[in-house]
Amino acid sequence: MIAILDSGVANLTSVQAALDRLGAQSIITDDPKVLQNANRVILPGVGAAEAAMTSLKKKGLVEVIRALTCPVLGICLGMQLLFDRSEEGAECLGIIDGEVRQLRVLGDLPLPHMGWNQLEVLDAAHPLLNGIKTGDFVYYVHSFAAPVAGNTIAQTTYGTAFTAMVAKGNFMGCQFHPERSGETGSRILKNFIEMENA
Amino acid sequence: MLAKRIIPCLDVKAGVVVKGVQFRGHEVVGDILELAARYRDEGADELVFYDITASSDGRSVDRSWIKRIANLLDIPFCVAGGLRTADDVRATLAQGADKISINSPALENPALIDALSREFGKQCIVVGIDSREEDGDYYVYQYTGDDKRTVATKRRTLDWVREIVERGAGEIVLNCMNQDGVRRGYDIAQLAAVRAIAPVPLIASGGAGAIEHFTEVFQKANVDGALAASIFHKKIVAIQDIKTTLAQQGIPVRK
Repeated sequence: MIAILDSGVANLTSVQAALDRLGAQSIITDDPKVLQNANRVILPGVGAAEAAMTSLKKKGLVEVIRALTCPVLGICLGMQLLFDRSEEGAECLGIIDGEVRQLRVLGDLPLPHMGWNQLEVLDAAHPLLNGIKTGDFVYYVHSFAAPVAGNTIAQTTYGTAFTAMVAKGNFMGCQFHPERSGETGSRILKNFIEMENA
Repeated sequence: MLAKRIIPCLDVKAGVVVKGVQFRGHEVVGDILELAARYRDEGADELVFYDITASSDGRSVDRSWIKRIANLLDIPFCVAGGLRTADDVRATLAQGADKISINSPALENPALIDALSREFGKQCIVVGIDSREEDGDYYVYQYTGDDKRTVATKRRTLDWVREIVERGAGEIVLNCMNQDGVRRGYDIAQLAAVRAIAPVPLIASGGAGAIEHFTEVFQKANVDGALAASIFHKKIVAIQDIKTTLAQQGIPVRK
């Protein structure tokens, strides 16, 4: 069973619908026991990091998430929460090294970074990227992003390159919205569902 | 490269897609799920659903179609029309809409933009502007959904653009009324004027009638997306043909 973590600030319907389209059973939950017993956990999120972390703390889920051993996928803000902290002013989960920063774009590119942009695959061997190639388009809506670093497995460029996908052990993340990224997004979710547990 | 977006707009009334027939009400174009699937398959980058269902007796309208669309689509979509309060917006996003768009309610109560942006994040708050050129300047119009109620506001369009960005709009759809429905091309001068001062994504609306209008609006007004309705509903041009032409001109598109 895939558990979609109800952080209280996310659009959960579209994530669950994407899993339904893949024929995968999922449950929206904030129950620690359900999360601990799931064989996949998805951490969605939109909005501000501080509000999301406050919600996770209130629900007593910070340590529960950190201790998960099954594959975990953070989406958009959910991925940003995996890092140490966010420039938005929040201490995050501290699972992946680094700080999420406001996108600083050169020139006069509009913000938020909104729309379809291309992936550049850095770690083609990662199971999450099975069948995904450089140049594939995915859908973004965000103003903050993690700089490209050692755990980056794919990057995207908007004025500057940033982490599109990250992976550290069983914790993975997408800055874009796979649930709204057409066939490429479906493939990434399918890879996540079907990958071998570490 | 960030792709330029092609965005079909569907008018929804009581759960079906309609098109306006001037002074004679609305004619049903088709089933909302079928049309949404058709545009998705043809390569639309995003869809806008403009709910024109009247709520004359103040009851909330049936929006159960939003959840069915959210389940069906694997591309983003925006819901516009009839959203007046944070509760309306919360319910719409909870049904699975990625973005919402407000227009007249923002003019009645500009602080609504601040409140929505704070609660839901600016990434999902789109502000629509109906604008018309008069005597060499651009002015905002209100209640354009109903001919009898449409009024000119005293707001200059460029002032309103600056204000809504300041208040937290995450994207602007600029509907240029001089061009609307005539299919003679987007209002390049007006869109370029707004582009020059808008630091958020800008979507062009009103006037698309041929493939070259899309090339022109991206090259000359540097908008982020182009919205159109009748040329897609009437199958005057195909989305893939637009994208092929744009790509040949060196404009980035998602294939």
